[in-house]
Amino acid sequence: MFGSQSSLVMYDEEFQQIVDLADKLLREANAKAVFLVDRNGQLMAATGETEHLDTTSLASLTAGNIAATGGLAKLIGEKEFSILFHEGEKDNIHISIVADRVILVVIFDDRSSLGLVRLRVKKASDALGRVFGELSRKSTAVGTANGPQNPFAEITDDDIDNLFR
Amino acid sequence: MSFINYASREINCKIVYYGPGLCGKTTNLQTIYNRTAPDSRGKMISLATETERTLFFDFLPLALGDIRGFKTRFHLYTVPGQVFYDASRKLILKGVDGVVFVADCQEERLDANIESMENLKDNLDEHGYQLENLPFVIQYNKVDLPNLSPMDELQSFLNPRGVPEFKACALTGEGVFETLKAVAKEILIELKKGAG
Repeated sequence: MFGSQSSLVMYDEEFQQIVDLADKLLREANAKAVFLVDRNGQLMAATGETEHLDTTSLASLTAGNIAATGGLAKLIGEKEFSILFHEGEKDNIHISIVADRVILVVIFDDRSSLGLVRLRVKKASDALGRVFGELSRKSTAVGTANGPQNPFAEITDDDIDNLFR
Repeated sequence: MSFINYASREINCKIVYYGPGLCGKTTNLQTIYNRTAPDSRGKMISLATETERTLFFDFLPLALGDIRGFKTRFHLYTVPGQVFYDASRKLILKGVDGVVFVADCQEERLDANIESMENLKDNLDEHGYQLENLPFVIQYNKVDLPNLSPMDELQSFLNPRGVPEFKACALTGEGVFETLKAVAKEILIELKKGAG
């Protein structure tokens, strides 16, 4: 699933578990929004006050941010910086890496605190890590692209051409 | 690495525009942005210096349409072309599904094109990818200018394998969508092969 040449696959069952865990974190941390983003910048799940946010851009920039700080870490001999915190006038962003593979983003304001967010993120990360582990195991077992419902298995040249009409 | 989401029925793929400094990578994205219907595109983000040179990357999300009930989305990225931003270029290639190499056809940029192509191969190699195994197209940009390298020379240096290639003028839009379509098609064909 997370191999260099394979596709990242998300199934309904795990997606629901991830959304439930993100919702729980949102409530327990008193946060405004919670996002899960893969390291390549794809948004996996979002919950909370997301209607006024450009979630696609947020995902891409978060991944860029993690990649850049990861590069910095290597330069000084660290494996990575697993937690980033950006403090604003009203809103703050807490970014952490879950199970080495997924980025967890929590946006919060003064209704919460950095301490509370860190505490809840730590707890949620363990649970999320287990789900991503299961997702990884499942897609390896199924074969990343050989699932019975794989939309590309029977794709035709016409399907591809139709996209560009 | 594409992202297939069965829950939201979406497929997301990452395309990276690579090439030497000032070859027109950002201009390609700007042209695509300007000529795409607002409901098919997201916001374009440019992380640039005060002089509008790309500092980290440009980003443009595009929705092309449906394939077998799955929304097909492409995330377009550029890299900073200037030689000293190599660390950033390397990061952006992570998880790439397809590459567009934008060559600057001006005679005096021939060496820069060759150097950038070698740099692309080196940086892909560090991620464990090989250019030969990736969907890849080449765009010969700025063909409207007078001082061009001979096309056969460009081809022999940059495209010995004969991957799809297009002449372009990114500013006017000539060849821009042809390039994008070609790389998107290569990516979908690759996904189909993987699904085989």
